[in-house]
Amino acid sequence: MDFSVKIGSLVLKNPILTASGTFGYGIEYETFGDLKKLGGIVVKGLSINPRQGNMGDRIAETPCGMLNSIGLENIGINAFIQDILPKLPYKQTPIIVNLYGENINDFETLSKITSKREEIGALEVNISCPNVKQGGIQFGQDEKSAAKVCEAVKKHAGSKVVIVKLSPNVSDIKKIAKAVELAGADAISLINTIPAMAVDIYKRRPKLTNVIGGLSGPAIKPIALRMVYEVVQVVNIPVIGIGGISSVEDVFEFILVGAHAVQIGSANFTNPALSFEIVDSLQIMANKLNINSLEEFRGKLII
Amino acid sequence: MKNIECIDLRVLELVPLDGKEFFILRLCSPKWKYRPGQFVMIRPISWGYDPFLPRPFSISNLDEDKLEIFFQVVGRGTKKLAELRPNDVVKVWGPLGNGFEIDESLPILILAGGMGIAPFLGLIKNHPYPENIEIVFGHRKNLSCYPLKNISRKILIWTIRDRSERDLLRLKKAIQVKIEGYSADGQIFACGPLPFLDMVHTVCTSKKTQLQISLERPMACGIGVCLGCSIPATSNKNFQVCKHGPVFRCGDLTTFCEHRGF
Repeated sequence: MDFSVKIGSLVLKNPILTASGTFGYGIEYETFGDLKKLGGIVVKGLSINPRQGNMGDRIAETPCGMLNSIGLENIGINAFIQDILPKLPYKQTPIIVNLYGENINDFETLSKITSKREEIGALEVNISCPNVKQGGIQFGQDEKSAAKVCEAVKKHAGSKVVIVKLSPNVSDIKKIAKAVELAGADAISLINTIPAMAVDIYKRRPKLTNVIGGLSGPAIKPIALRMVYEVVQVVNIPVIGIGGISSVEDVFEFILVGAHAVQIGSANFTNPALSFEIVDSLQIMANKLNINSLEEFRGKLII
Repeated sequence: MKNIECIDLRVLELVPLDGKEFFILRLCSPKWKYRPGQFVMIRPISWGYDPFLPRPFSISNLDEDKLEIFFQVVGRGTKKLAELRPNDVVKVWGPLGNGFEIDESLPILILAGGMGIAPFLGLIKNHPYPENIEIVFGHRKNLSCYPLKNISRKILIWTIRDRSERDLLRLKKAIQVKIEGYSADGQIFACGPLPFLDMVHTVCTSKKTQLQISLERPMACGIGVCLGCSIPATSNKNFQVCKHGPVFRCGDLTTFCEHRGF
């Protein structure tokens, strides 16, 4: 069966992408599977300059999930383009760069730099990181600023597909989704992590030095599923589901509520070959569901 | 990242050492070549979604027949590991990290604190000249908790039970004296809890002695992508303990010590 999906003008050979921050820059996973198999690779969030992220303890395990407060440690856009990009199989698998700016100017600069590279398949705009002081989630919690960032990236993105990654930490995600659609987004991905915390009663300390971090993993999947379901009702652009997806069944759950594609996130940590294994099991699952195309399943939730 | 593999391995046996806290987990051999100090990520298939993350463990020994992990029950994950039975399947990826740089022609001083003995078990078992190895081992629990029974009698081992401030001082003095003999012509390796490593690091830095230190940090992936184990290398660059370590040279850790202390 043909599993290809279109995200704007970008064609993915299957709906399986890897989520930013859980798949490094892609090459780290070469040893566990064939990167060319994947629908696409979303790399770790990139800023103009390298970042060290937050200090101290930055991850903690929670029931069916984990917290992180990395704070967007990354090698910077130029090092990524020079050192990593040439090593990725960009001709066979679209490389989607996740962009992080502290302000609108940063986003414009990043858009200008990345739109010139033919090796880059699409841009994912990160307005939803809960772990940074500037930018991040503060852009994603307000319709106007979300739209502003989206417009700024879109203005310089040329023909590149622009995906905007939304935060679940908003009162009405539908409003933000509509605002970025109106601002020209080609697609929406959701959800980013949910602000959360964990404490150690014996040490009387938070488990993260940053106190609060982002919750991810199967624990957040029902929230993500609900939000994808809500957003697909109100926008006409493709929606990419993210949040706790850990099996091929999970993938089809998101497609059933209306997602075009999905991203595998923290589950990559539980088994570094998981994203590849999920691609391999798409056909088996399609047979089980007795479907011949994704279209006949997508958004066909019976209510 | 060459030669790293993710495979499902069967449990051969789980051997309790003294009660229900210390165990040797023996898995079928993945038949990898490894360097002492390298580690694996382990996650039993039966965990499902909870506990969620895999756990990093030093490779205690790895040969044609088995992979051995020495662990202590400290939390939910290790408690569950202690419930494994023969033939259970465990997902394992490795060998990870750099490991110790060993020159077999030189005498070796091993400074281990408690579970910090784990990465050295294979080294002391397989070293061609065991008479060239000396160990200073500080430990909190009964000596029978640690798998030291079968080590060569040619290896000099000084054990110091560390139960009080005074014991720690005694351990520090022993280490100060011992490193003298190895600073010019020998290798010094250390692994253990952070306060122990802090002490070793301080002693070796003040004596300008070469030292290879194996660090432990919380990590989710073991392959340099989750960035949970980052420590500052300089004021604008990080190390990932899993990828650039876990073994570091004394001088590599200066910024880490300044920023956070051990």
